[in-house]
Amino acid sequence: MALLEIERLEIGFGGLAAVRGASFAVDKGETHCLVGESGCGKSVTALAVMGLLAPTATRKAAGLRFDGQDLSGLSEREMSRLRGDRMAMIFQEPMTSLNPAYTVGSQMAEVLIRHRGGSKKAALDRAAELLERVRITSPGMRLGQYPHQLSGGLRQRVMIAMALMCGPELLIADEPTTALDVTVQAQILKLLDELQRELGLAILLITHDLGIVARVAHRVSVMYAGEVVETAPVAELFGAPTHPYTRGLLSCVPVPGKIAPGEPLGSIPGIVPRVGHGFTGCAFRQRCDLAGPDCEGTVPRRTLAGDHQYLCLREPTEIARS
Amino acid sequence: MTTNKIGLWLGAVIFVGIGLIALFAPLLAPQDPFQQDLTRRLLPPFWMDGHNPTYLLGTDQLGRDYFSRLIYGARISMMIGILTVIGSGVIGTAIGVVGGFYGGKVDDVVMFAITTRLSIPLILVALAIVSIVGSSTTVVVMTLGLLLWDRFAVVARVATMQVRTQDFVAAAWAAGCSHFHIVLREILPNILAPLAVVTTLEMALAILLEAALSFLGLGVPPPLPSWGLMIAEGKDYMFFSPWVITIPGVALCVLVFGINLLGDGLRDLLRTGRTT
Amino acid sequence: MVLFLFRRLVVALLVCTAVLVFAFALTRLSGDLAISIAGPNATANDIEVVRKAYGLDRPLIEQFFDWVGRAAVGDFGQSYFYKEKVSKLIFDRVPITMTLGLVGLSIALVIALPLGVIAALNEGRLIDRAISLVALLGQALPSFWLGLMLMITLGLYLGWLPISGTGTWQHFVMPGLVLSFSAIPALMRLTRSGMIDAMSADYIRTARAKGLSRGSIILKHAARNAAMPVVSIAAVQLGFMLGGSIVIETVFALHGVGFLAWESISKNDFPTVQAVVLLLAIVYTLLTLLADLLNAVLDPRLRAS
Repeated sequence: MALLEIERLEIGFGGLAAVRGASFAVDKGETHCLVGESGCGKSVTALAVMGLLAPTATRKAAGLRFDGQDLSGLSEREMSRLRGDRMAMIFQEPMTSLNPAYTVGSQMAEVLIRHRGGSKKAALDRAAELLERVRITSPGMRLGQYPHQLSGGLRQRVMIAMALMCGPELLIADEPTTALDVTVQAQILKLLDELQRELGLAILLITHDLGIVARVAHRVSVMYAGEVVETAPVAELFGAPTHPYTRGLLSCVPVPGKIAPGEPLGSIPGIVPRVGHGFTGCAFRQRCDLAGPDCEGTVPRRTLAGDHQYLCLREPTEIARS
Repeated sequence: MTTNKIGLWLGAVIFVGIGLIALFAPLLAPQDPFQQDLTRRLLPPFWMDGHNPTYLLGTDQLGRDYFSRLIYGARISMMIGILTVIGSGVIGTAIGVVGGFYGGKVDDVVMFAITTRLSIPLILVALAIVSIVGSSTTVVVMTLGLLLWDRFAVVARVATMQVRTQDFVAAAWAAGCSHFHIVLREILPNILAPLAVVTTLEMALAILLEAALSFLGLGVPPPLPSWGLMIAEGKDYMFFSPWVITIPGVALCVLVFGINLLGDGLRDLLRTGRTT
Repeated sequence: MVLFLFRRLVVALLVCTAVLVFAFALTRLSGDLAISIAGPNATANDIEVVRKAYGLDRPLIEQFFDWVGRAAVGDFGQSYFYKEKVSKLIFDRVPITMTLGLVGLSIALVIALPLGVIAALNEGRLIDRAISLVALLGQALPSFWLGLMLMITLGLYLGWLPISGTGTWQHFVMPGLVLSFSAIPALMRLTRSGMIDAMSADYIRTARAKGLSRGSIILKHAARNAAMPVVSIAAVQLGFMLGGSIVIETVFALHGVGFLAWESISKNDFPTVQAVVLLLAIVYTLLTLLADLLNAVLDPRLRAS
């Protein structure tokens, strides 16, 4: 059952197309990883779902639904009622994502008070409970502290706890561990994994790190130049990658399926093209061994067995031979 | 972007325009600005009933042609503005560059000097000095020049600190150039841009201060047609003949506004120049 | 933080000492003070009498330390003109100037803060440019002239406010408004740039992701962080306003410290001039210290370090 459905999402910044018809869905209670190189549009996609795009950005979608509700028709006020309540988000920069002027407790409490009302006391109790849940010791003391008194890892835990204040159904995590030390990364990932199972939370995890994908994902969507080029269950994706780009990505990793955590994404010859609004065809064709003149036309979305979709003109057998 | 350019150009046109008026005042003024005619006192300007076409902007309480006095007044404002910023600019830049260049204890002393200067009440001290030394245009220029250096020093100091760490300065050090040479040839040319913005701000301030001093009777002495003095002289008649204070006041506003526009435009130009 | 404040305090004391020397030197600029006091028509004999009477025949150093010693305990000597103690003269007039300064600052804040916030939220749009332009225009208005123009319009033509004097609170509105004009552009610009910085900060994105209302995001999360530089500049501006009150008080005939200063300057009443210069410098220095303390209250990071 899909909790979040995105169909042909398009986001532009001036003349530049950041997202070009991306489609994927996040099911209830699953961890869905969105992978791709930086600049491929994954963060922008997440921000678009939350309604947090800069005012200069334009958003268009054939469908953008959360729990069956059409998000594109909602006003800013209605969106703000959803945010922090039923869908929450955490960011890459734990050092700057908390307001330096307010205590941890006050910043956490205001989420609950905003969406559920009630007393500050009750909200602080809930905050303390969640700090404990994200494995922060002596939560009572932490509530009275200011962000600058906490380490990066602790701040990210606070961000996670804050996101959970209203018991959301969807948590969007945009590169939540990129800015952290490797050991802390592992702890945060483990925490997200546990929370996902204990609370039945759906997590949309954005990362460029295939090691993280292998560890926590149920399903994976691969983005390239503003398009989702392949979506598959994690085992299927690592076992039988189909889109040439996905295959390129995985070939950069020494032993597929046994990737060490923290392994960075490999490189493929060439660069991600900057794409304008009029661009048609496959954006990967300049870097693709299988590209032909036909790749400049419309590219179909193909569906394989086992809930596996990819965006390419070539047959799986054709790709596998190369 | 384009509207900022408009501001810059408008400011430049106003500044240069009033500068030209000041320069060619004897050619432009239709009458002698000092010529009194007590039979023609407080004539109204051209847009009011009962005006005299000879006196475009009417006459003042001593029957002097207001238009001519206004034109000559531009001379005083411009001269005081320009001479003051030359004086204060040299003092402030020297202090700021020394502080920024040498740092450490020297910089502490410079910072202390700036803090002290800022704590001294500007108008009060300027009034006191002019009162004690005696009022004349020279005294006003020297007083303001000696007082208005603080912002030059602040900006020159910070800019020097930034420039000092750059490679071409290091290269000059390595080439064995003297301190004096480095400051003059490598540092000064690279801090001129922010100083240009300060120059406009301080010029506007100096012009306003001169007007205030003259208004309080301790600036440019009569019968010189300083705009501030014209307002002071017209004050007693303002309830019946409001134009006597409106006209010089508007002239002051236009000049200061023009200079501020120029400064603002320059600042924006610098900012965009730095990012691209 | 304690160390920082201690250092600031030491610098403040040094600054006051420097101003002390400056204020003393200021009144000796003319060379011979006795000639100025005795007046233009005095004979050589008169001048000699004056010199003796005011102790001006003593060495400069002795005069200086005598003055400093007394000033340190709040004794600024007798006024030459009013035949009263300078400290009493000033003390009696402080309430008016303080009222004027605070009214001016309040008006400036009430106008500048919302305008700055509105400009920041509409950065680059027409309304932002319009507000900047108005501020620039406000900066170009000479305060004494603005005062006179308001007297003519609000006072004479419209009859809304009294033209001069200090009888009621209405008497402070016009001078306060004029005084506020000098501070509005600086306060507004700083509010604008502070809010622009704050609104683009990561924690504002977090606040939006939390679903907070726009009001809460702007007023609670952004404004608090934009407030710190504004507090500093507000204190400095209040100091400038008190210094600038000399013009306003003269225009509106408000008998405050500024008016006293102007009178003593025109009457060659040097003990009073010295005292007012020193007093204004001390007040300014105290205000900047106060601003540092307020910032420490506002910013938990400053408090800790």
